[in-house]
Amino acid sequence: MAEALFRVEALRVELPDMTRKPLFGPVPRLEILKGLDFEIPRGAVLGIVGGSGSGKTTLGRTLVRLMEPTAGRILFDGADITHLPDAAMRPLRQRIQMIFQDPMSSLNPRLTIGRIIAAPLNATSRDPRVAEALGHVGLPAEFVHRYPHELSGGQRQRIGIARAIAMRPDFILADEIVSGLDVSSQAQVLNLLEGLVRDLGLTLAFISHDLSVIRRLCDRVIVMQTGRIVEEAPTEALFEDPQHDYTRELLDAIPTPDPTVRW
Amino acid sequence: MLDGRGALRRRAGLRLWLSAGWQAVVMLAALFAPWLAPHDPLAQDLMLGRLPPFWLPGTEPGYWLGTDSLGRDVLSRLIHGARVALIVALVAGTATCLIGSTLGLIAGFYRGWTDRIIGRLVDIWMAFPPVLFAILLIAVLGTGLSSVVIAIIVIDWTRFCRVVRAEALNQSQMDYVHSARVAGFSRPRTLMAEILPNVLPVIVALLTLEMGIAVIVEAILSFVNLSVSTDRPTWGGMIAEGRIAIHHVWWVLAFPLAALFLTVLSFAQLGEGLRDRFDPVLR
Repeated sequence: MAEALFRVEALRVELPDMTRKPLFGPVPRLEILKGLDFEIPRGAVLGIVGGSGSGKTTLGRTLVRLMEPTAGRILFDGADITHLPDAAMRPLRQRIQMIFQDPMSSLNPRLTIGRIIAAPLNATSRDPRVAEALGHVGLPAEFVHRYPHELSGGQRQRIGIARAIAMRPDFILADEIVSGLDVSSQAQVLNLLEGLVRDLGLTLAFISHDLSVIRRLCDRVIVMQTGRIVEEAPTEALFEDPQHDYTRELLDAIPTPDPTVRW
Repeated sequence: MLDGRGALRRRAGLRLWLSAGWQAVVMLAALFAPWLAPHDPLAQDLMLGRLPPFWLPGTEPGYWLGTDSLGRDVLSRLIHGARVALIVALVAGTATCLIGSTLGLIAGFYRGWTDRIIGRLVDIWMAFPPVLFAILLIAVLGTGLSSVVIAIIVIDWTRFCRVVRAEALNQSQMDYVHSARVAGFSRPRTLMAEILPNVLPVIVALLTLEMGIAVIVEAILSFVNLSVSTDRPTWGGMIAEGRIAIHHVWWVLAFPLAALFLTVLSFAQLGEGLRDRFDPVLR
C-alpha cells in the first residue's frame, strides 16, 4: 500500500449537549466519534458510509479541521494537524479542500461564480485557473458572470467541485455531494469526479449514505455506525463478503435492477 | 411566469423612480434654498398675515402656499425646512447605520463574549423610553442641530444592532462560511467579503427606513421645541405652529405635514426599490 496522506489515530469528538443542560453545573457532553483509527493512502478514493447519526459528517468536518477533536491525532502528510491553530493551518488549507452537500448553501448567493472560484486564489494566476477549473468540470467560461441561483442543481455542484480543484489540492473531502441531485445529474457528477481523480491524481474521501454510489467510485470503504468504524475493507470485498451485520443491512437497502414484480 | 416577473420589475421600477424623484426634489430644495425660496423665510409682515394658498380667494401674488399668522411665506419656510430635515436624515441615518451595523456584524459573527457584551448593552439601552431619553439628552447637550443628530444616533443604533446581528448570525450558519474557512480566509476577511454582501440588503433597507425615522424624530423634537432654534424654519416647528392656528390657517399645518409624510414614505420605498433593483438574488 502507498504511503498514507491522512492518518487518523484514536480520534474522538465530543460536543456539549445543550438540550440536556442542567440549570446549574456543567453541560453534559455527547460523544459523536468514539475512537477512530484509519488511513487514507495517497491517490486512494476512500468511501465513508453510514446511516444518519453515524458520525460520518462529523468525521469529515474534523478531518478538514472545521471541528475540533477532543482526543486522538490527525496526521496530514506526516505533519500533526490535530490542534493546529487557524493561522498555522492556513498554508495547509490550500492542500485540503472540501465539497459540500448543499451547493445552495455553500456557494455565496451574492457573489458571481467567477468570484466564488477565484476568491482563494492569488491575483496573478486567477483568470487562467478559474477558466481551467471550469473547463475541468465541463462548464463554459461565460459562467463566471452568473450567480449561483441562476444555475441548475447539477451545475451548482460542479461549481463546488471547480472551486475545490482550482486550488490544486492534494486531498478533497466530498460530503454527500450527490444526495441532493436527481439520478441523471448524480451520474454526471460521479463520472466527472471519477475522471478528475484519475487525471489530477487526487486523494478523495467520499462520504455517502448510499452504497451504490460508493461502489462506483471508491477503492476502500469504511462503514460507520454510532461513532465507531464497524467494518473497513476494499470495496469489492465489502460487497462480496460483508462481515458485519450493519454492513449487510446497508447492502440490503440498495434497490436492485430487477426486483420481484409484485403489482 | 416570465410575464409576471416582468410586471413585478416594472412596478418596482416605478416605485424606485417615484421615491427617488421626490428625494431629488427635497434635495434640490435643501441645496438651493436661498435661491429657490421666493421670500425670506423669517420675514414677518402682519399686513400679509393668514394669506391662503394660491387657489383660494383672497391671495396675494407670489405667496403660493399662503402665509402664517405672522405673515411668513409658507413655501419659503417649507423649502428652508427641507435643509434641516435632510441633514438630519443623511447624517444621523448614516452614522446610526454605521455604528449599529458594525456592532451587530461583530456580535453576530464572532458570538461568544463579544456577543454577550453587545447584547446586554442593547437590552439595557432599550429599557429606556426613547422619547424621554432624547429629551433628557438634549436637556444635557443643549438644543441645536448637532444635539438632535447625536440624540438620534444614541437612541437608534440598537435598531440596527439587533437586526444586523440576527442576520449575520443567520448567515454565519451557512456552508459558504465554512467553505471560506476551508479556503483559508481569515475571520475578518470572511466577515467583510462573504457575510457583508449577504447582510447588505438588510442594512440598506434599514438605513432608508432610519432616514425616515430621523426626519420624524427631528419633527417631534421641533414640535416640543427641543430641536434647532426658532429662527431656523423646520417642518416640525411649522407643524407645531400650525397646530395652534389650525382653525384659521390650516395650510400652515397641512403643507409641512404632507412634505414630512412624502419624505418619510419615499425613504422607505427607496430602500425597497433599491433592493428589488440591485439585489442579484431577487433580480
